[in-house]
Amino acid sequence: MENLLLIFAGTVLVNNFVLAQFLGICPYLGVSRQVDTAFSMGMAVTFVMTMAAMVTFFIQNYLLIPLGLEYLQTVSFILVIASLVQLVEIFLRKVSPVLYRALGIFLPLITTNCAIMGLALLIPREGYNFIEAIVFALGAGVGFTLAIVLMAGLREQLEMSDMPQALRGGAITLIMAGLMAMAFMGFAGVIGT
Amino acid sequence: MSLLNIFKNGLWNEHPIFRLLLGMCPVLAVTTTAENGLAMGLATTFVLVSSEIVISLLRNVIPARVRIPSFIVVIATFVTIVDYTMMAFAPAIAESLSIFIPLIVVNCLILGRNEAFASRNTTLRSIMDALGMGVGFTWGLVILAAVRELLGTGEVFGFTILGEWFPTWNVMVLPPGAFISLGVILALLNQLIIWREQRIQGVK
Repeated sequence: MENLLLIFAGTVLVNNFVLAQFLGICPYLGVSRQVDTAFSMGMAVTFVMTMAAMVTFFIQNYLLIPLGLEYLQTVSFILVIASLVQLVEIFLRKVSPVLYRALGIFLPLITTNCAIMGLALLIPREGYNFIEAIVFALGAGVGFTLAIVLMAGLREQLEMSDMPQALRGGAITLIMAGLMAMAFMGFAGVIGT
Repeated sequence: MSLLNIFKNGLWNEHPIFRLLLGMCPVLAVTTTAENGLAMGLATTFVLVSSEIVISLLRNVIPARVRIPSFIVVIATFVTIVDYTMMAFAPAIAESLSIFIPLIVVNCLILGRNEAFASRNTTLRSIMDALGMGVGFTWGLVILAAVRELLGTGEVFGFTILGEWFPTWNVMVLPPGAFISLGVILALLNQLIIWREQRIQGVK
């Protein structure tokens, strides 16, 4: 139990996917204009991450390793993630139109989100078991949501402010992300790496 | 557009990193040393050129509805080739780039160029586009990595440039340095563009 808690807190705060491992930068820069949409994006990513962690865990351990096909890891993972996203989209549209309206437009974007693929690739490298993999995925999703919502809150305030034209858009967002990453580095001392 | 213009397009006008902000994950993650930046740039260029050749050749064969999955399979194949080649011949670099080599498969630059260019142009034009974008991506990575390595360790490509007198900024090789240095470079380039536009308008 303590081990799982450490994995969770470690992935949310210390090894935050966005701010420490640079995974999922595209949505982090692209979908962080408003807090509401940022939160929905975070939820959609967390959901798909957890599903992807479970499915790729079985593919890796019960298909690729027994058959000696580890070299197909990249190809099979990306195909599984792409079809998983499609399935989730179809499923949500049928079962929960409310949730579909909230998350739907973000789902196609998630296929090429490197945070999902990165998570699938990291699980075998870290040697996690099934439960640990799920906790790791949840931590990664919550960490992503935290980072993107914080950034959206800052950018909402920034809309009003008067700043040099050259800094507008990407430049100031990256500099703010840098300051945020610096703040998150402080957690390294709290939990230890 | 002539072949030369297609090539030059990726070098500046539609520069993947500084103008289109595409493929940011590897840009920020692997630019701790200039050597890593160069290796990542070359690996991405190889995948980009190979996949654009294959996809431009197959562009009339692939049905439109299964376009994206087919592109992904082609790209993933070349990424696997790069991954295993690097592990065999340059294990140290493969180690330090770690998961960012297999992650080339989800680099939006590659899928984006295949969808926007290779799927509707001849092979020769696609090769020029891929080379332009690849070289543009590589020089962007090397510049950013060189700035970070120089300020963070006083070296570039492992050669000492700044001597003992320089207090190295350790933060530049850590994650915050990646965001901040790319942000500052982007702001400087934007300022240059603004100045140039002002000068052109002044002449008129």
